[in-house]
Amino acid sequence: MPKDHGIGASSKRREDVRFLTGAGQYTDDINVQGQTYVHFIRSDVAHGRINGINTSAAEAMPGVIRIFTGADFEGIGGLPCGWQVTDRHGEPMKEPAHPVLAQGKVRHVGDPIAAVVAESYAKARDAAEAVEVDIEELPAAIDMKAALEGNAPKVHDDLADNLCYDWAFGSDAAEVDAAFSNAAHVTTLELVNQRLVANPMEPRVAVGDFSRATDESTLYTTSQNPHVIRLLMGAFVLGIPEHKLRVVAPDVGGGFGSKIFHYAEEAFCTFAARQINRPVKWTASRSEAFLSDAQGRDHVTKIELALDADNNFTALRTETYANMGAYLSTFAPSVPTWLHGTLMAGNYKTPLIHVNVKAVFTNTVPVDAYRGAGRPEATYQLERVIDKAARERGVDPIALRRQNFVTEFPYATPVAVEYDTGDYVATMDKLEEIADIAGFEARRKESEARGKLRGLGVNCYIEACGIAPSNLVGQLGARAGLYDAATVRVNATGTISVMVGAHSHGQGHETAFPQVVAEMLGIDESMIDIVHGDSSKIPFGMGTYGSRSIAVCGSAMVRATEKIIAKAKKIAAHLMEASEADIGIKDGQFTVAGTDKSVAWGDVTLAAYVPHNYPLEEIEPGLEETAFYDPSNFTYPAGAYACEVEVDPDTGKVTVERFAAADDFGNIINPMIVDGQVHGGIGQGIGQALMENCAYDENGQLISASYMDYAMPRADDVPFYTVDHSCQTPCTHNPLGVKGCGEAGAIGSPPAVINAVVDALQSAGHNVTHIDMPASPQRVWAAMQG
Amino acid sequence: MTTVSMTVNGKPVSAEAEGRTLLVEFLRDGLHLTGTHVGCDTSQCGACVVHVNGEAVKACTMFAQEAEGAEVTTIEGMANADGSLNVIQQAFQDHHGLQCGFCTPGMVMSAAALLKENPKPSEAEIRDYLEGNICRCTGYHNIVKAILAASGQDVGAIAAE
Ligand code: FES
Ligand code: FES
Repeated sequence: MPKDHGIGASSKRREDVRFLTGAGQYTDDINVQGQTYVHFIRSDVAHGRINGINTSAAEAMPGVIRIFTGADFEGIGGLPCGWQVTDRHGEPMKEPAHPVLAQGKVRHVGDPIAAVVAESYAKARDAAEAVEVDIEELPAAIDMKAALEGNAPKVHDDLADNLCYDWAFGSDAAEVDAAFSNAAHVTTLELVNQRLVANPMEPRVAVGDFSRATDESTLYTTSQNPHVIRLLMGAFVLGIPEHKLRVVAPDVGGGFGSKIFHYAEEAFCTFAARQINRPVKWTASRSEAFLSDAQGRDHVTKIELALDADNNFTALRTETYANMGAYLSTFAPSVPTWLHGTLMAGNYKTPLIHVNVKAVFTNTVPVDAYRGAGRPEATYQLERVIDKAARERGVDPIALRRQNFVTEFPYATPVAVEYDTGDYVATMDKLEEIADIAGFEARRKESEARGKLRGLGVNCYIEACGIAPSNLVGQLGARAGLYDAATVRVNATGTISVMVGAHSHGQGHETAFPQVVAEMLGIDESMIDIVHGDSSKIPFGMGTYGSRSIAVCGSAMVRATEKIIAKAKKIAAHLMEASEADIGIKDGQFTVAGTDKSVAWGDVTLAAYVPHNYPLEEIEPGLEETAFYDPSNFTYPAGAYACEVEVDPDTGKVTVERFAAADDFGNIINPMIVDGQVHGGIGQGIGQALMENCAYDENGQLISASYMDYAMPRADDVPFYTVDHSCQTPCTHNPLGVKGCGEAGAIGSPPAVINAVVDALQSAGHNVTHIDMPASPQRVWAAMQG
Repeated sequence: MTTVSMTVNGKPVSAEAEGRTLLVEFLRDGLHLTGTHVGCDTSQCGACVVHVNGEAVKACTMFAQEAEGAEVTTIEGMANADGSLNVIQQAFQDHHGLQCGFCTPGMVMSAAALLKENPKPSEAEIRDYLEGNICRCTGYHNIVKAILAASGQDVGAIAAE
């Protein structure tokens, strides 16, 4: 019987009511008295020298308040990078300056050059037309590998070349090489994990405000982590101390990673509001989002898998080129390294693994985390090379995986992480059942009868979530701690506000978090509200990304609630003249063991605030507790996915006919929300596999710069999905036993789709061993022509 | 600037608009009805869908002045008279048809227009009709399910999860 409340119940989302009635408060819905509007003038060349900017005609136009250029930001900090990677020689990565407005040079199409602040967007745009920017176009470095050649144009004049770092990791390279020499079989695959644009449906917005009365700046922004923005912008860019800077991220219309980072427009609006003493608002158009939101993925990889004569994996070796774009976005360096290399063991007990990553600057929009961040890239190459190995060895791809599964936990991988729990056999069993793998051959025949090629693709995935133990990531180069915080404020009447550092931008925290507190206290969920997204209301927080909200912030909330219970028991013991050790709490009542005495939750909370009969000599009045929680390990969600496609042999068009996902997320707070997270991730993964591609031409012009050219998945591009998360091996090191579910779908699905496409083509005798994403009709058709 | 008048959610309204002011800007900035969203600048995302004289229209494709005298319904006008969610809104909540909520107003307005012209659409008809509405969060699964449910069809029999 499914539960109808508390942990494990599919409680309907309370936030839905405001979103369904148009009452949501997104950043663009916020207007501040006296606000002005900014339009950014952006580079239309990928690389160029700014010889002059003439603003005089524009300044005289109606409604123009002020025009800012790079000169206004001289001496002000650039946008900081939050992670320093150390290269294979022990040297720090190259870390070029990232100015708020371009200083002397532009380095990608979309790089902001000047900003026109006016009384309306229309006036700002009109005046921007009259600003004369004299740019001398320079040759651009666009292709990653070409950018590393000696004669390549340099993105940053002050660096020796375009290499950000050359990083090596894992087992001893010589040992790995020896294992390859001794292998019975080696499978090699070269592949591209193409660049994507995250494309949350809400474009970014920033509103900067300044109070002369209090000397306080406020930034309203579309962010997944307002406290992180406060820290980065306040401390590194603008020099505003935390207590004079408030950052608010209200309702946010999706993020998928792209709203983690600190962006130039946020710093600009905050800075400009102080300069002109009026609020400054910026609303990105979608075209601007394509040119200014950090993009994702963009790896080129060669992966080799060594097998012994019995098809046991003996070693793995990878070489990856990772595009950083023109500047280092906030967490960019960590994505191809610590979020990618550490996952290369996957679900398998491969004993020797060596990973090499070269990160490259190019004259393109910066690249950073996008849903999954490094882990989809790891999963895709590993699960593709295993599939290829199975074909080369003539063995069943599922059997080959099963044979090499890690089956004993905890398991220390050769790539520095320790999986606490998992059961990959169980998720694969579950997958075979829900995907009806046994029925595939019949469905293939039915497709063939209709002239279609049908393919089945299966893969596993593992991810490291709940980011992250601060002391560990500190050693790895993170410049921040990655704990989270929560304050549980119990009001006199017993209602509760929980201030959480996690930020909800679609994940349903306002519903799921109260389920946990309600369960712990035995009170109704409706008595509990979540407060998030405002640095002035919440003690601290590191925000939401890396599937961390419930695992890290949820754990902080549990710890704070435990402190509440401990104190409330003391009060209850006093009220009932009993010993504290005898007090229990159930269904909102405090009881005394072995008696029929009880006192209600509301009586205890009232006593805390009206302490007439209260142990004042022992404890303070009030009932409010804060906890910070720093995880001791990552969490390791894992699972197995299956995709069935049909390929039209005449056109190369691929349609996804069936998709099944068996996930192990540990314990589950709200199954309905978890299903939804997996659905959304699968949708994005199918988009990557078949449709989406962020493409630049050789001059660095973004070719796919709108929804006309960037193929977003639509409702008729995807089927219904079959998802299951009944396999549950609870996380052993957080109090809820949860692992996180936000990214799994996007990580696990692309290889299933491509494995299925290859299977379909091979079923018709085409000797196609790989096809790069997106497997567009044109690519598939071309592959079929040999 | 001219004064534009229309009926929005049953109430007569007037506000100033330039010739270039889009209907969506008029609704959001002029009337402070911020439930209608802007997700693109190429008329493809559908976050801005409203009803004009009973037809679903992308409010970014129309000038405010073109709606002079029209009957416009936005997401703010969709709930039942007593303020409770209407049958489509309720189905979206019941079936978790929204996550971040940004595409949602447009989805609900499109769904309402679909069900008006086709009260019992098939799964394929729903997916086809939603061609002009992009959602990045849900993978569409629960949106399609919610619309099936709002049309009174047995969702359990059609969609597995
Ligand atoms: S705003 Fe995207 S279609 Fe109107
Ligand atoms: S719910 Fe977020 S875009 Fe649809």
